[in-house]
Amino acid sequence: MSLTLLLIQCLNGLQYGMMLFLIAAGLTLVFGVMGFINLAHGVQYMVGAYLAFAFLHLTGNFWLAALLSMLTALVFGLLLEHFIFRHLYGRDHLDQVLATFGIIIFLNELAKVIFGPATLSLPVPELLSGSIPLTPELRYPVYRLATIGAGVLVAGLLYLAVGHTRVGMLIRAGATTPQMVAALGVNIRRLFTMVFGVGAMLAGFAGVIAAPIFAIEPGMGDNILIVAFVVIIIGGIGSIRGAFLAALMVGLIDTLGRSLATLATGLILPPSMSDQVGPALASMLIYILMAGILVFRPQGLLPAKGAA
Amino acid sequence: MVRDRAPIVAGTIFALLMVAPFGLGLIGQGYLTGLLMRAMLLAIAALALDLLVGQGGMVSFGHSAFVGLGAYALAIGLQAGIESLLLLTLIALAVSGLFALITGVLALRTSGVYFLMITLAFGQMTYFTLTSLAAYGGDDGLTLWSMATLLGTDVAQNAGQIYFVILVVMVAVWWLMHCISQSRFGRVLRGARDNPERAEVMGFSVFRYRLTAYVIAGMIAGLAGVLTAQQNEFVSPALATWQHSGDLLVILVIGGLGSRNGAILGAFFVVIVQDLLGAVMPEWRLIYGPLLVLVVLFAKGGLNRLLGPAQTGSVA
Repeated sequence: MSLTLLLIQCLNGLQYGMMLFLIAAGLTLVFGVMGFINLAHGVQYMVGAYLAFAFLHLTGNFWLAALLSMLTALVFGLLLEHFIFRHLYGRDHLDQVLATFGIIIFLNELAKVIFGPATLSLPVPELLSGSIPLTPELRYPVYRLATIGAGVLVAGLLYLAVGHTRVGMLIRAGATTPQMVAALGVNIRRLFTMVFGVGAMLAGFAGVIAAPIFAIEPGMGDNILIVAFVVIIIGGIGSIRGAFLAALMVGLIDTLGRSLATLATGLILPPSMSDQVGPALASMLIYILMAGILVFRPQGLLPAKGAA
Repeated sequence: MVRDRAPIVAGTIFALLMVAPFGLGLIGQGYLTGLLMRAMLLAIAALALDLLVGQGGMVSFGHSAFVGLGAYALAIGLQAGIESLLLLTLIALAVSGLFALITGVLALRTSGVYFLMITLAFGQMTYFTLTSLAAYGGDDGLTLWSMATLLGTDVAQNAGQIYFVILVVMVAVWWLMHCISQSRFGRVLRGARDNPERAEVMGFSVFRYRLTAYVIAGMIAGLAGVLTAQQNEFVSPALATWQHSGDLLVILVIGGLGSRNGAILGAFFVVIVQDLLGAVMPEWRLIYGPLLVLVVLFAKGGLNRLLGPAQTGSVA
């Protein structure tokens, strides 16, 4: 494999990692702050992508569609919170899992009914449609670079918001001792709703920027949700920094693994076997990484301080 | 003290299932026996999962991985030329037991939601590994052209009496779970569920008890996988999807956690509801999904509560 191809794969891995971060960030915030496990977070990513598709066809402008999709994703998340999730906060985790499982089943089917079972795609917006030369013979699409940039930007904003603002301080305090924060006169319910809304919007945002790259289809959020769980376990539950680090690791390892595993197993195994073992091993890599982390650092790489 | 009605309810269910094929077969409804077999196969896996979730308080979201492993062990063994169902079952039990041991040691370092996410991840790993087995059909799965034989006969095949084989296995698994729940082992497991620190202080290694339960549950789910493959004459990675794991949890909650009868009733309820809804409208999931939400929000204790007082070991 040439060096340029390796570079391309690294960039793809970074880009996948950023997508994972956007999803894992909302998931880890909601879980860290409210102790609520939301399986429907992945489906909110799917909703973001479908909204982008629908709004682009209505307005014809990608940027306007992206803005509208994010707002709608936010409203949708708040509605879900108000009507269903709010009643599950104090409940057993099993209840939370099953209720959100029901929502996944419903929304996946709804997407199929409204948009059809076939995969949809979105054109890359005009402004970011070009590609820039990395080496004389290989070019990389600007849009993918832009998604990496967007991920870094969101990570920075989240880091500042949670670590260095008054609201962020209340969120961190609310995660540790909600009763005490409420006793001091803070509306903890509203705080929780806000965190939830931000999480839903981040998932929707990830869906919007994924729409021009990946196929839009019912169930697209399910697999990425489980990978986001792996990211959270590796990074440490409730930790934004941990999610960022782990998302990049998982993104790079998964992407590079898929292109290198067959090659690597080919060094020690005959080709007929390495063609079999390589792909199987590649799809297991991130889970093996997770298992390794669990053995040596069960609390995750960068666990949140004081979070449950 | 209220008399425990669980064995009577269970006995009634088993007797009904025993006579069902004669009644249904006579009026030419082979389709219904297929439905019952599907429910019984789900019930076996759900009975195993209840040992973890109901008795042990370990919410595993990756239990269908073991079903998939059991099914593939049978399929791959058949391809390799092994025909004895007993030998293939032993292999499947060994494979699923070993996988449970390895993943259990890792997953049980944690508990609660962490355990749930980790079992979900290992389940997904199994699913993707099965899809990458190109030699065994990959994504599409594998049709089994010749089936395993039980002591040289076709009793455990669709051509024979597989219905009764599945029923006997289900009754046996029910009995095993009943014995485990009454035993010292079951009591320690429940004690550790309610208060792990106290069990630990009393000198029990909570980890070992949980790991043992995890391996038993994994092996029984593997057995369910063997029978599923034998009955479908087809295996595919779809057996190990996380939605399938979710269905097993739904069965437990609808039936009533921590009760053997609940696992069986739940399995029948879910299969029948899915089938009825599916017959009325192809988009039945639009109803099934909200139904689950409503069950969680409003129904407590599950179907089993309707049929009698709580069994020993139910979650209060």
